[in-house]
Amino acid sequence: MIPELGHFALVLALVVALLQGTLPLVGAQRGDRRLMAFGDVAALTQALLVASAFAALTQAFVTSDFSVANVVANSHSAKPLLYKISGVWGNHEGSMLLWALILALFGAAVALFGANLPESLRARVIAVQALIGVGFLAFLLLTSNPFERLAPAPPDGNGLNPLLQDPGLAFHPPLLYLGYVGFSVTYAFAIAALLEGRVDPAWARWVRPWALAAWCFLTLGIALGSWWAYYILGWGGFWFWDPVENASLMPWLAGTALLHSAIVVEKRDSLKSWTVLLAILAFSLSLLGTFLVRSGVLTSVHAFAQDPARGLYILGFLLAVTGGGLALYAWRAPSLAPGGLFQPISREGALILNNLLLCTLAATVLLGTLYPLFLDLLTGNKVSVGPPFFNATFVPLCAPLFAALCVGPYLGWKRAELGPALRQLRLAFAVSVIAAIVAGVAIDSRSTLAAIAFGFGVWLIVGSLAEFAGRIRLGRGPVGDSLRRLRGLPRATIGMTVSHAALGVVVLGAVATAAWHLEAMQTLKPGEAMRIGAYEATLSGVENVQGPNYLAERATLVVTRDGQPFTVLHPERRLFTVQRRQIAETAIQTNLLRDLYATLGEGDRAAGWVVRLYLNPLAPWIWLGAALCALGGFISLSDRRLRVGAPTRKRTLQAAE
Amino acid sequence: MSARRMTPKRKRLWLLVGSLAVLGVAATLVLTALNDNIVFFYSPTQVAEKKITPDRRFRLGGLVEAGSVQKNGQETRFVVTDTQKTVAVTYRGILPDLFREGQGVVAEGSLGPDGVFVAREVLAKHDENYMPPEVAKAIKDAGQWKDKK
Repeated sequence: MIPELGHFALVLALVVALLQGTLPLVGAQRGDRRLMAFGDVAALTQALLVASAFAALTQAFVTSDFSVANVVANSHSAKPLLYKISGVWGNHEGSMLLWALILALFGAAVALFGANLPESLRARVIAVQALIGVGFLAFLLLTSNPFERLAPAPPDGNGLNPLLQDPGLAFHPPLLYLGYVGFSVTYAFAIAALLEGRVDPAWARWVRPWALAAWCFLTLGIALGSWWAYYILGWGGFWFWDPVENASLMPWLAGTALLHSAIVVEKRDSLKSWTVLLAILAFSLSLLGTFLVRSGVLTSVHAFAQDPARGLYILGFLLAVTGGGLALYAWRAPSLAPGGLFQPISREGALILNNLLLCTLAATVLLGTLYPLFLDLLTGNKVSVGPPFFNATFVPLCAPLFAALCVGPYLGWKRAELGPALRQLRLAFAVSVIAAIVAGVAIDSRSTLAAIAFGFGVWLIVGSLAEFAGRIRLGRGPVGDSLRRLRGLPRATIGMTVSHAALGVVVLGAVATAAWHLEAMQTLKPGEAMRIGAYEATLSGVENVQGPNYLAERATLVVTRDGQPFTVLHPERRLFTVQRRQIAETAIQTNLLRDLYATLGEGDRAAGWVVRLYLNPLAPWIWLGAALCALGGFISLSDRRLRVGAPTRKRTLQAAE
Repeated sequence: MSARRMTPKRKRLWLLVGSLAVLGVAATLVLTALNDNIVFFYSPTQVAEKKITPDRRFRLGGLVEAGSVQKNGQETRFVVTDTQKTVAVTYRGILPDLFREGQGVVAEGSLGPDGVFVAREVLAKHDENYMPPEVAKAIKDAGQWKDKK
């Protein structure tokens, strides 16, 4: 009964979304306040309906209702509760339902917190949001009904893909989707602004919190995915330039550019049509990501078994959203009033450079990701574009971006001098050069490029902090004076410094892990030992253990450092009994400066087991840095100026004039 | 110099020059990188037809021939087939969890002087029912595809 109610709620949600996508638009056009106000009610109703559908599916998973086909295919009664819940979105239908839910929740959030938006803008944003929702709800109902029944119901299910039975991956899709779908709001704002024919600083102030929130979640989602890949796939790597990873990186890059260009619109009423275009592109890239993941057109480590009809639907939807958005843009953007003037050397100029480089980076990733598709269509040749391509293109293009990143915040709006900014960065520059030399000489002389990249990481941290110290005049007066200035600083400024410096932390972690890791592999019989760096690991034994829904071979590796007892690692090979699949479970010992990482291969008592060890310097910094980066975004988000619903209407209107 | 004040026209010109410069650098990087770094995918039949020089990195895909897997410590030898032709493969390392006889496989590496494919990487997949599209096509081309769905 409950699954049918869920299905029914979805159908109702589609009907509500159709009304929500049309009536407020008509209302905004005619100035009919009742029709515009209908959007708010509809947005809340739609969110409630989709949430009930989602709750119904969750109920089916939690109670292991095996009369629902989706539960049979992706769950099992012996599965731990956490994975019963995460199983809801660990499959195609459920994850699309999650998409639709988050989409509807964002629409409802605009209705709830958008009290300070002009009536017609709010009505249009909510309507566009609903039109996107129509696309997804129809997709669910037509091709991917999560509530399909199975008769007769089998006694038990097939279980969830064991690789997905992991706490990291349980929360990865919701976070990633919060990011992807968050950009639907900025898309809706862009379309609404084009319909209104007006983009002003107030518009940018309303858009920025949404872009910022989406960006923070996307950052966390990508980081969590990368962390998961690091410890579950057992290759010791953290980023594989896999099409699906690229699919999440592209909207992140476009979203980062959007965050920065929206500042220019807000402060200087300039770069308006460019910002609108970026908002359209960021969401289009999010959809492209979904299309790549869901259609299986590209070979990827993430690919699931696919249904071509679904891919075709998403492709059509992608074309409608992108094509529709761009067509409207081409038609209406020329009517947007041009903004203020500025010199090339200025804050605006620096932010344009940032946008230019970020978009080029996104374009490079897009090209590398889609090139195999194009070549296949044109010549029939099957190729893959892997890490060497991205290392040769993406990485060098990051250099000017990182170099300019620390200079930009020193430049004033409208016109500025480069000289004073560079003079203030002299110390940071010297520290970075020294760090690069030390890295190149003392740590590892194999790779000059890695040493330079390490220097860039230090530059980002020291440069950002130096700018911050200068802002609060640290060390140039009484400490109390600095503290007072610190309290007076807008949260957005603190957030910026945190995120910029955190990027440096990510760079240091990534460079050190990629360039300076140690790797050792050996077949060990119980009692035998292997060395990696200063560590020696002895396989003292392998025992069988019983997990909730798996049997495991659990190795005990006793690790000594310079002859002293250090730690004990327990890498496992788990055999999931339902699926008859083996999964390696890595064991990682970290002290936040380096990871000691062990995986267990196949083997037996007679021949020994293959053991692989990695020593990854600074590896935890990659994810700590990414988390800090998102934290900076959240600090920014808490800025009074951006607080959603803060009573700033009057001021913003004045600023708009 | 008052002429330095940016008129909208000059601003646009400056932007254009800047963008073109960045795009030019990016395009150069991309083209060189594509030339050097794309990895072609070949089925065993294509490997037999083409004269592939040793050291040329490529991806080999097909099915792991039943009964062909031999393990010797860290080294694994197996045979990849598209049901017409076969290629012997050797790989040092821990195989992905889904590596099975009779299942699809994609390996990246190059041919050794003796014609044995030295795999540097064997790709993992999330789902055992998933067949890499290239492998499916290679087997289809060899005329032996049976739709299991």
